[in-house]
Amino acid sequence: MSENKKWYSLDLGLNKKKGSSGSCGCGKTEGGCNSHKEELSAEEFYEAAINASIGEERHKDGFEQVFDVKMDRRTAFKKLTASLLIGAGAVSTSCSLTTSGDAKEKAQIDWEEQFKGNYKLMTDDEKKKTVDRLMRSYELRTGKNISMTAENAAEDVLFGYAFNISKCQGYMDCVSACVEENNQDRNSEMQYIRIHEMKDGEGFKFDKADDNYYHEVPQEGHFYMGTQCFHCDDPPCVDVCPVQATWKEEDGLVVIDYDWCIGCRYCMAACPYDGRRFNWSKPEVPENEVNKNQHYLGNRMRKKGVMEKCTFCVQRTRKGKNPACVEACPTGARIFGNLLDPNSSIRWVLENKKVFRLKEDLGTEPKFWYFMD
Amino acid sequence: MGQFKVLKSLVVDSLDTITKGSLKYHLWMGFLTIVILIGMYCYSIQLDEGLSVTGMNDRVSWGLYISNFTFLVGVAAAAVMLVMPTYILKDIDFKQAVLIGEGLAVSALIMCIAFVIADMGGPAVLWHMIPGIGVFNFPKSMLAWDVIVLNVYLFINISIPFYILFRHYQGKEAKHNVYLPGAILSVFWAVAIHLVTAFLYQGLQARPFWNNALLGPRFLASAFAAGPALIILVLAIIKRFTEFKVEEKTIKKIAMIVTVAAQINLIMLISELFKEFYAPTHHSESAYYLFFGLHGKTALLPWIWTAITLNVIATAMLTFNKLRNNLNVLYLCCIMLFVAIWIEKGFGLIVPGFIPGPYGKIVEYLPTGIEVGVTLGIWALGAFIFTILAKTAIGIELGKLQFKSKKDTV
Repeated sequence: MSENKKWYSLDLGLNKKKGSSGSCGCGKTEGGCNSHKEELSAEEFYEAAINASIGEERHKDGFEQVFDVKMDRRTAFKKLTASLLIGAGAVSTSCSLTTSGDAKEKAQIDWEEQFKGNYKLMTDDEKKKTVDRLMRSYELRTGKNISMTAENAAEDVLFGYAFNISKCQGYMDCVSACVEENNQDRNSEMQYIRIHEMKDGEGFKFDKADDNYYHEVPQEGHFYMGTQCFHCDDPPCVDVCPVQATWKEEDGLVVIDYDWCIGCRYCMAACPYDGRRFNWSKPEVPENEVNKNQHYLGNRMRKKGVMEKCTFCVQRTRKGKNPACVEACPTGARIFGNLLDPNSSIRWVLENKKVFRLKEDLGTEPKFWYFMD
Repeated sequence: MGQFKVLKSLVVDSLDTITKGSLKYHLWMGFLTIVILIGMYCYSIQLDEGLSVTGMNDRVSWGLYISNFTFLVGVAAAAVMLVMPTYILKDIDFKQAVLIGEGLAVSALIMCIAFVIADMGGPAVLWHMIPGIGVFNFPKSMLAWDVIVLNVYLFINISIPFYILFRHYQGKEAKHNVYLPGAILSVFWAVAIHLVTAFLYQGLQARPFWNNALLGPRFLASAFAAGPALIILVLAIIKRFTEFKVEEKTIKKIAMIVTVAAQINLIMLISELFKEFYAPTHHSESAYYLFFGLHGKTALLPWIWTAITLNVIATAMLTFNKLRNNLNVLYLCCIMLFVAIWIEKGFGLIVPGFIPGPYGKIVEYLPTGIEVGVTLGIWALGAFIFTILAKTAIGIELGKLQFKSKKDTV
C-alpha cells in the first residue's frame, strides 16, 4: 500500500471528520462546520451545535442566528441591525404601500441578502432560501432565469488535480474556458489560471517565465506549466480570514462565500501560489455570455470588492463532470478526479508517475501535482 | 445624577473651548477641515468605482493604506513610553506629557481604524466582523486578534485620560487606585498591539520578506523611536502656542527614550541587512528589490535610501548629549526620525512583501492621486481629533475649564 501514501498524507482532514476540530478553522464551534451538516437533519444539527459549544455564552453569540432557524429570532436580529446600520432606504421601500410589487420584492430580497449569515454555517434549508432569493433577484433584474444550486460535498470524495508538463503546449484553451465557465470579469480580464512559458534547459525558473504572452505557441525551445489555486489541504488563506468567509469543503475544495467576504485581501497576502483574485471594480459579464448554470460557491455573479478564485468548477464537479479547464485542454495535459476512488485516473497518475508539487516546503499540502511523461 | 450634570457641563464647556481660539487656531482647523473634505470626496469616488481607483492590483494587493495603518499602530503604542514612567515609576516629570501622549494614541488608533476601513472592499458588510452578530475567526486569524487588541487599547486610552480629566474638571484629584490598574494594563497592551500587528505579517509563510522573527521586535523598537519623537514635536508646538507649561526636563527625558529606541532599531536593521545580503537566497529577492532594485525595477530606491540616511544621521546626532540637549537640533532629529520610520515601516515594509510575487513576477506599485487624497484626509482627521482632545485637556489642566467655577458664575 505504499502507493497510497501519496494521498494518505492529505487524508488528515477526512479522518478527523468525526473527531477533532478539523481544518475548517471554526475552532470551538466545530458543530457548525459542514462535517455534520450532511448527516443530520436541521433539528439534530442544532442540538449537536449546542452540545459542541461551551456554556451559556455560546447560546448568545453570533452563530446562533444561523443555527436557529426560527423566524422570530431572525426578525429580531434584523430589527437590531436595522437600528445599527443604514439600510433605511430599503426599509422605506419595502414598507411603502405605493411602490410596485416587484420593487417591493426586490427591496425585500436585497434586505434579506444584506443581513443573511455566513453560508458555511447555514443549514441546508437556509442555503436553499438564499439560492432561491438570488435566482429570483436575477429574474427581477434581467427578466431572465438562471439555475443556481447549493449542492453539498458528496461522501467519500476528495478532489485532486494533476498537470502533465510534457503535454502542455501553452494553447491557453483552459484559460478561456475557465473565464467563460466561471463568469469572470471581462473588463479586467481576470484569469484564475496562469500559464508560464519557460525556457528548455533552465528548469522551473518561474521568475524568468512569461505568464502573459501573446504569441504563437508552442514556442520553439520552451515548455509550459499552468498554475491556479491548488486547493491546499492546509490552506493558509483559510486560516487568516478574519470572518471565515473562506474555508475548505469536505471534498477538499477551498471556497469563498462572496457575500460574507469583507474584502480585506489578507487571504491574498497569505497565498503562496497566487491563487486568489480580487474584484477591484464591479465585475461585468455581457448578458449573453453569462453561464447560467451556477453554484452558490462557484461561478455565480460576484460583487465589487470581494475575493474570488478557482473552485475546481464546483458547479460542474459536484455533478460528476470535469472542470472546464480539463475538458477544454486539447492536449490532455490536465487530469482531475476523486483521490479516494482507487480506479480514478488521478490515482493512476499519482501511483505510476513521478509526481511533485510546488513549494512543498511550506507545508500547505496542495492537491495539485505535476508530472512528466 | 450629579455625575451626569458634570458630564453635560464638560461637553458644553469643551465644545465652547474647541470652537474658540486665535486666528491661527481657526486657520489650522479650517485647513484640516478642507483636507478632510477632499479626502472624503476621494473616498466617495473609491466607494463608487471600487478599489480599482487605487494603485493596488492582484500582484501588489496592499499599499499606502495598510502601510500607514502599520506605522500608526506603532505611534499609538508609543504612548506607553510615557505612561510607564509616570504612573508606574512615579516620575512626576511626565505627567503633563502623558495626557498629550494618550491623546495622540487615541487619534492614531482612530486613524488606524479609518485606514483599515478605507482599504476594505466591502465596508458595508463590516458588521461581519463584529463579535456577536458576525462570525469571528478567533483565534486563528491574526487580523481578528488585531481588531480586538486595537479596540481594547482604544478603550483604555480613552478611559484613563477621561477619568483623570473628569476629576480635574471638578477640581478633584484623580484617585490613584482607580486609574493605576488601567495604566499598568495599557503598558502591556501597547506592546501587544504592536506585536500582534507584526504577527499579522510575520505569520505568512507565503511572503519571506515578512516571515522573519525580527519583524515584531523591530516594529517595537522603531515605534518607540517614532512615537515619542512625534510627542516631542507636538509638545514643542503646544509649548509655543499655548500657556501649557512643558518643562524642558520632560522633553529631554523623552528624547532619551527616542535615542535608545533608535539605536536598538539601527542594530536590528544591520542584523536584517546582514542576513539578507551576506548569503542571499531567493528569499532575499524582496530585500534586493527594496534596497537595490530588481531587473531594472527601482521604484522604492529613493524612498528607502532617504529613510536609511535620515535614520542613521538622526540616530548619530541624538547619541551625542550635546546635540540632543540642544532643543532645536533635537526637534530636527525628531522630524528626520519620524519621516524615516514612516517610510521604513510604511511602504518600505508592506510593498516589498509583494514584490516579487509568489512566482517571481515584479509589478511595481505607485499610489494614485485618489489614494493619496484619502490618506491625507485620514491624517488630517487624526490631527483634527488630536487638536480637539489636546485643547480640551489643556484647558482643564490649566484650570480654565472647571465645573465649579462655572457654577459660581451661573
